[in-house]
Amino acid sequence: MIIRSPFLRTVRLGISSLLLHKLRAFLTTLGVLFGVASVIAMLAVGEGASESAQDQIRQLGSQNVILRSVKPPEDQQSNQEVRVLSYGLTDGDRRRIENTYPGVRSVIPVMQVPEEVRRGTRVCRPRVLCTRSGYRDATGRVLYEGRFLTELDESLEEPACVLSYEVARHLFPFASPVGESIRIGAEYLTVVGVVLPRGPIGAVAIDSTTEVGGDIFLPLAAGRRMFGTTQVKMRSGSRDITEVELHEIIVDVRNAADVPMVADACRAMLARDHSEKDWEVIVPLELLLRAEETKRIFNIVLGSIAGISLLVGGIGIMNVMLATVTERTREIGIRRALGAKRKDIVIQFLVETTVLSGCGGVAGVVVGLIIPAIVEATADMPTIVTPQAPALAFGISVGIGVIFGLYPAWRAANMDPVEALRHE
Amino acid sequence: MTHEVQTEIAAELLDVRRVYHMGSSQVAALDGISHRFMRGEYWSIMGSSGSGKSTLLNILGCIDRPTEGEYMVGGNPVSSLDDNQLSELRGARLGFVFQSYNLIPQLDVLENILVPVMYRDEWPTWALDRAKELAERVGLGGRTGHRPPELSGGQQQRVAIARALINDPDLILADEATGNLDSKTAEEILEVFDELHAEGKTILLVTHENAVGQRAGRTLKLKDGRIEDVVENHS
Repeated sequence: MIIRSPFLRTVRLGISSLLLHKLRAFLTTLGVLFGVASVIAMLAVGEGASESAQDQIRQLGSQNVILRSVKPPEDQQSNQEVRVLSYGLTDGDRRRIENTYPGVRSVIPVMQVPEEVRRGTRVCRPRVLCTRSGYRDATGRVLYEGRFLTELDESLEEPACVLSYEVARHLFPFASPVGESIRIGAEYLTVVGVVLPRGPIGAVAIDSTTEVGGDIFLPLAAGRRMFGTTQVKMRSGSRDITEVELHEIIVDVRNAADVPMVADACRAMLARDHSEKDWEVIVPLELLLRAEETKRIFNIVLGSIAGISLLVGGIGIMNVMLATVTERTREIGIRRALGAKRKDIVIQFLVETTVLSGCGGVAGVVVGLIIPAIVEATADMPTIVTPQAPALAFGISVGIGVIFGLYPAWRAANMDPVEALRHE
Repeated sequence: MTHEVQTEIAAELLDVRRVYHMGSSQVAALDGISHRFMRGEYWSIMGSSGSGKSTLLNILGCIDRPTEGEYMVGGNPVSSLDDNQLSELRGARLGFVFQSYNLIPQLDVLENILVPVMYRDEWPTWALDRAKELAERVGLGGRTGHRPPELSGGQQQRVAIARALINDPDLILADEATGNLDSKTAEEILEVFDELHAEGKTILLVTHENAVGQRAGRTLKLKDGRIEDVVENHS
């Protein structure tokens, strides 16, 4: 079959020349295939890992500064029968922050109560959080039904509570919980609303201290009245009494740019007011930046490994093309004698390398899309294939084919026709 | 071979020298050759090995350049042409027939005949028809889809001749074109050359066999890079 388009003719010739050595062409293609596949797979795994890390951080609220109570390290002579351990953040801390920093939208106190939650025979141990109405705004929780806590609940010390979706489903599998009552510890509370869990429904991380996970929110004032701030834990032969006023203070900063400043101020204040290091300051924005930095390093590492494998593929191409050029020296001589210009010879060999690397690239993209799917299915790791990744990998593979094909092609084109014709 | 029409100069050598550098010493493969090949002539170039006939053919075929002197082909001084122009000249004006056929194994007969056309800037409309015609003419009309390894030596050489003719060259250069063939097949090939000559083609045939050399109208005898003799053959 005679093809008139010079380019298509060259492509066809390139393919038929490659098919003279099927195994060799296949092995060369394989080199590129693995290079491309590893680029795509590594980028997908890296992207997935960093995305889930960033997701978790983002849920904390990037405009927030979170202060947490931390149990200080126990001292040596604490083997008394009854001891009261008092530590952590206080209402005083909260008020000071509220009154001191101008850039702060709200300061939300959170106290956690270690009580079981029951409804009839159904029991679960979610995080029971005593807080204020501003909590929902600061953390971006989405209302599913009913309402969230209000200022009025707080001032009336109303025994109202809001369930998170997973708790609601556990305690009320078949009906809406709004208006129903539940028991927390020894107290009865009325459910006024349900909020969606963090992240998508069904993909809720189970907290190790609870069966179901999820949260219950009630007004701080009511929580204080019902459960107090002291918590008694029975141990064999002793009782642990801990007193924590607030487990967490969420500082909702109006402007994300002020976050580092507020965080530093909080650290300084807590360091001054607390004799022990019984607190920590978590800045999701800082974590996010750090996660992005980690992702960048991760990508560089994975990218270089993948890049090296592509390079190896490229060297494979170059090696094969050099062998091909040597093998076909005579053909080059014939073509030159019959009127082929140097340019024609260069194009002929470049087309061959491009066909090789292009085929490797296409196969590599296919394999590279399969690998993340397998990883996701077997290793339970999220992977994300960005649309740019296959395009990038394919582009690089063809680019490598051309770059590594240039030298053999150049060598072919610059052969002395007389010598080339004499070559056996 | 007596009715030659000597109208135009097909190729002309003007005091051509070709010197090879072998380490520090210099070897003159061609040492001052001047000669005219007129259009329509059939020449054989003869000489023992080392006489410079291969070097001369390379220069005549524009795949090598003279170290000194000038070679004119179709009115073009070769020394003034760059590599691309030389390639174009080879493709358009010259036709090669080699001792070992030199077909491209991955192409079929028709494609092999069309190789010189492929390197033209444009694909001429007549190319395919002419290629088929030439295949027919050299007796391979029924085997245009075969690849060289499937053909006998004589058939391959016929393809090579058809390939040399595709661009209707000014000069057909044959390098020991019958050297790899048995005497019967060689005779057939030589008959093709005779026909081409009768049609007015200019043919230069390099050979070391007297019997072959004498088929040409004239013989240029080389020795040690110089023209030893010019012989008129009368068959």
